Amino acid sequence: MNWEYIQKYLPMYEKAAILTLKLGVIGILFAVLIGLFCAVILYYKVPVVKRIVAAYIELSRNTPLLVQLFFIYYGLPKIGIATNAEACGIAGLAFLGGSYMAESFRSGFEAVDKIQEESAASLGMNSYQTMRYVILPQAVSVSVPGFLANVIFLLKETSVFSAISLMDLMFTAKDLIGLYYKTTESLILLVGFYLLLLLPVSLLGMWVERRVRYAGFGT
Amino acid sequence: MEETILTVKHLKKEYEDKTILNDVDLAVKKGEVVVIIGPSGCGKSTLLRCMNGLEKTQSGSIKLREEAIEAGSGNLVQIRQKIGMVFQNYELFPHLTVLDNILLAPTKVQKRDKKDVKAEALKLLERVGLKDKAGSYPRQLSGGQKQRVAIVRALCMNPEILLFDEVTAALDPEMVREVLDVMLELARQKRTMVIVTHEMQFARAVADRVLFIDQGKIMEEGTPEEVLEHPKKERTQQFLNIFQFEKVQERKIS
Repeated sequence: MNWEYIQKYLPMYEKAAILTLKLGVIGILFAVLIGLFCAVILYYKVPVVKRIVAAYIELSRNTPLLVQLFFIYYGLPKIGIATNAEACGIAGLAFLGGSYMAESFRSGFEAVDKIQEESAASLGMNSYQTMRYVILPQAVSVSVPGFLANVIFLLKETSVFSAISLMDLMFTAKDLIGLYYKTTESLILLVGFYLLLLLPVSLLGMWVERRVRYAGFGT
Repeated sequence: MEETILTVKHLKKEYEDKTILNDVDLAVKKGEVVVIIGPSGCGKSTLLRCMNGLEKTQSGSIKLREEAIEAGSGNLVQIRQKIGMVFQNYELFPHLTVLDNILLAPTKVQKRDKKDVKAEALKLLERVGLKDKAGSYPRQLSGGQKQRVAIVRALCMNPEILLFDEVTAALDPEMVREVLDVMLELARQKRTMVIVTHEMQFARAVADRVLFIDQGKIMEEGTPEEVLEHPKKERTQQFLNIFQFEKVQERKIS
């Protein structure tokens, strides 16, 4: 083990980790928005749109992120849309994550009894108020464990960003291995940094899941 | 003569070519307590749900004073604020405390001042013996307590009429009483109420008028004494007999 090497290239990993985190967080934010939108469409069974949403979900879930990234990165310029690698990474993650988020929110919506809607309606609430104050809070709290599992999954998926030459953690490790052949050190740093990013999310997930499962509302 | 609050005229409701309600007429006056009884599946709950626009109807009309109540119509949101409904399974919002359950609609829908509503809610909770539960979540309450909260929640909207849909049917026997007592109290305050129930003793005590519904039709209607004690129609007698038990000993002798 060459500690000097590790020390020397630590800052590169730090930079890469920040990029991974930045793209990951922004991508996941968009994924959440897409997911919520899709789940609401599916919940209200909006005609036509719900079919488009269903098609999107199947397309997104059944193709690898790498393929999606290639389509966005190499495909969009062909039809005249200028892109940069970062935007493509975010778009790819949002495209993939949107469907996973949609599915976990949908299961949350399904867990809310239909009669809760009638209960809200009988109090004179309109459909927006019913969604905002009655359905959504219940649905979201049910989807929390699934949501956090998705966050971890999507953060890990950022490792394919290197394929579109984004200098994320994976890219940095591969780059350094190629340059100096210090495979062990580079990979240990890689694993270490991923753990650093993901373990906190994972622990948070375990804590939240325990709360949701055993306590529910009221403790 | 008291003014009529709710009018049902020639109401017809069909569901998948089954007639659920057939030509139902009903007028509820201010301060009146109408109790609807009948066998399960007779349409009594459906009738109640129609009064709140929760069910689509095929023909006929329901009016709260002069306003038509019709499922899917735009004015439903306004009308429902004047109609309180209490469900069989309470349907409190599980993610909100008792107090927040009660405050939600008055503050968000009626845009009333939170302080005022809170004071009113706490007063009502005290009346039903649940002031100390204001901060609890529904899952921490018993069925009877939940149902009393649901009643307070409906009351806090200051509705003109209250609809009760078999509100004690899901409760353990010892909890039925506490809920019925609250409803008796409301009747004493001259609240206008339509109650669907299987509690015949309670119906006798609370009702100004009893309706017996069978096969989607009002078969018999009158004071509790008339309908429950001296029913004229054979069908009503048959139904009420379900609630009577012959002594086993007497049957053995004969």
